[in-house]
Amino acid sequence: MSTPLDALFIKTRAENRAALIGYLPAGFPTQQGCIDALTAMVEGGVDAIEIGYPYSDPVMDGPVIQAAAETSLRNGTGAAEVMATLSAIAKIAPTVVMTYWNPIERYGVNKFLTDIKGNGGSGVITPDLTIEESEPWIAASSKLDTNRIYVVAPSTTDQRLKKVTSATSGFVYAASLMGVTGTRTTVSTSALTLVSRLREATHLPIAVGLGVSTPEQAREVAQYADGVIVGSAFIRLLQEAQSPQEGVDKVRALAQELSKGLQRS
Amino acid sequence: MSVAVDSNIIGHFGPYGGRFVPEALIGALDELALAHELALKDPVFQAELAELHRTYTGRPSIITEVKRFAEHAGGARILLKREDLNHTGSHKINNVLGQALLTKRMGKKRIIAETGAGQHGVAAATAAALMGLDCVVYMGEEDTKRQSLNVARMKLLGAEVIPVTQGSKTLKDAINEAMRDWVTNVETTHYLLGTVAGPHPFPTMVRDFHRVIGIEAREQCLELMGRLPDVILACVGGGSNAIGIFHPFLDDTGVRLIGLEAGGSGIESGLHAATISGGTPGVLHGTRSYVLQDENGQTVESHSISAGLDYPGVGPEHAYLNDIGRAEYRPITDAQAMEAFALLCKTEGIIPAIESAHALAGAMQVGKELGPQAVLLVNLSGRGDKDVQTAADYFGIPL
Repeated sequence: MSTPLDALFIKTRAENRAALIGYLPAGFPTQQGCIDALTAMVEGGVDAIEIGYPYSDPVMDGPVIQAAAETSLRNGTGAAEVMATLSAIAKIAPTVVMTYWNPIERYGVNKFLTDIKGNGGSGVITPDLTIEESEPWIAASSKLDTNRIYVVAPSTTDQRLKKVTSATSGFVYAASLMGVTGTRTTVSTSALTLVSRLREATHLPIAVGLGVSTPEQAREVAQYADGVIVGSAFIRLLQEAQSPQEGVDKVRALAQELSKGLQRS
Repeated sequence: MSVAVDSNIIGHFGPYGGRFVPEALIGALDELALAHELALKDPVFQAELAELHRTYTGRPSIITEVKRFAEHAGGARILLKREDLNHTGSHKINNVLGQALLTKRMGKKRIIAETGAGQHGVAAATAAALMGLDCVVYMGEEDTKRQSLNVARMKLLGAEVIPVTQGSKTLKDAINEAMRDWVTNVETTHYLLGTVAGPHPFPTMVRDFHRVIGIEAREQCLELMGRLPDVILACVGGGSNAIGIFHPFLDDTGVRLIGLEAGGSGIESGLHAATISGGTPGVLHGTRSYVLQDENGQTVESHSISAGLDYPGVGPEHAYLNDIGRAEYRPITDAQAMEAFALLCKTEGIIPAIESAHALAGAMQVGKELGPQAVLLVNLSGRGDKDVQTAADYFGIPL
């Protein structure tokens, strides 16, 4: 068995290019506005989507995603809205949900994964679930054949990279730097070092996130990683837009620009 | 990194505790856990800390029997463990001195801390000044307004205070922001967490630095009465002073341990901070414990007249002690706490912290339940100077 996400990386590897992965929290800027913007991303050339489950205490996120999550929570976003967004977007692109652990635990591990799968999702990214706390998660996701995507950091030891990646499927999320989400003017050199170390530990696809926002940065990362993850840059466009339509158009345009630089030379 | 640390084995209290953090922090948590393990066994470290407590903190803290107060508590015999007499005015100094010494051992030069009311921030700034460390304190913007005196105090001590404007702008958001700083600056910075919550090793390490309270109290009770108390009472927000006095008595199964949580306007009102009494198991700030949360797993804002107890989580060891029945947890409302606060002022000439007044209110209840034969030991975790404004407002005393 394999998920739509697994199939995507087989395809992009055959095409000798990186996959472009776009992120938005569900319910931001509104429930329908999020679905419209994600649809525009896919139209613009984004290969896969990460839907964020907005959470009250997002310790891994910088100010841009924090503000978006707050907007989303004020809009009343909960598990039902996340699943509805997933159901809409998984029809047009491989889609995963990114969430802090507590909402999963509250919803019920088995029920959460059953509903992810039932709504067409490929898997779940869990940025604050450590491998040591993963036993029920690994059991349930293995049974339900969903991708289990862990985030690793430049400070993760080689020994630990092996341990974490051996439990990972779909792709490994490589945090480009020591810090929180948000746009940066340059992609840290620690990203390249981390990806090189990861190649020694695993054959899984590796996607780089945190601080990637411009076409130049995407092009640079695409040279050595299997996936390029962009989140805050899309959110900023939606936050700054004068109208919903302008936001959606700008998101589509950025996706088009980003997708031009994915081919490896 | 360390092989001595295996979080599969340690850092759990039954189903609670553990580590739920970004991978970026694992290295620092392992380093800290190892430093703590080594320090526990190191006579040089222990002697250095003991000397600081003797010459700087003012330890051992004394025991005061409060006979006039006890008349309002069913005539039970009531002893106070006077952590309010420590330097900086609360038990918090026990933990910050320990962690600041560890910070130096790990070769780090900068500490960050979160604070609600400002007591832990003041203690952290104090330790940083004493040991020549840079100190940044994150404090919810709302709290910086409510506690402007403590903000000034931290600044006088040389700390930088950063108001946190995210989320509910209170303690939980200050912790979030401190964790973000730590993820970014982990190589040079130690996060000096102020309570027995957070990812392993914090709940264990902070407890170990506060055990001195219970160790002293146990000896003092035996010396004073030739016996142990029947009941020990302490207030519980995150739960650091409570675990500090409870822990050395865990094996004394004849001693009842009672934690008093902030019941705010009453559990049924929904406006409270009684996490064990009114919450459900979940994960917050890197640990599994009881949490005030909604059906989607979002943290719910807590409410208490006492800023130091106003936190929607609680230390994982308390969650465990509750579930196995070794300790009991009861809510005390704002009104009950303020009644006990006023009573201790007027009957004993001691102005307690409003946090500690929750434990005093618990003693009034339990004393009446058990009658005059009972001996109750109350951890008076802090002094109330910081609460004069709040108390004056509450009792309508014009300032």
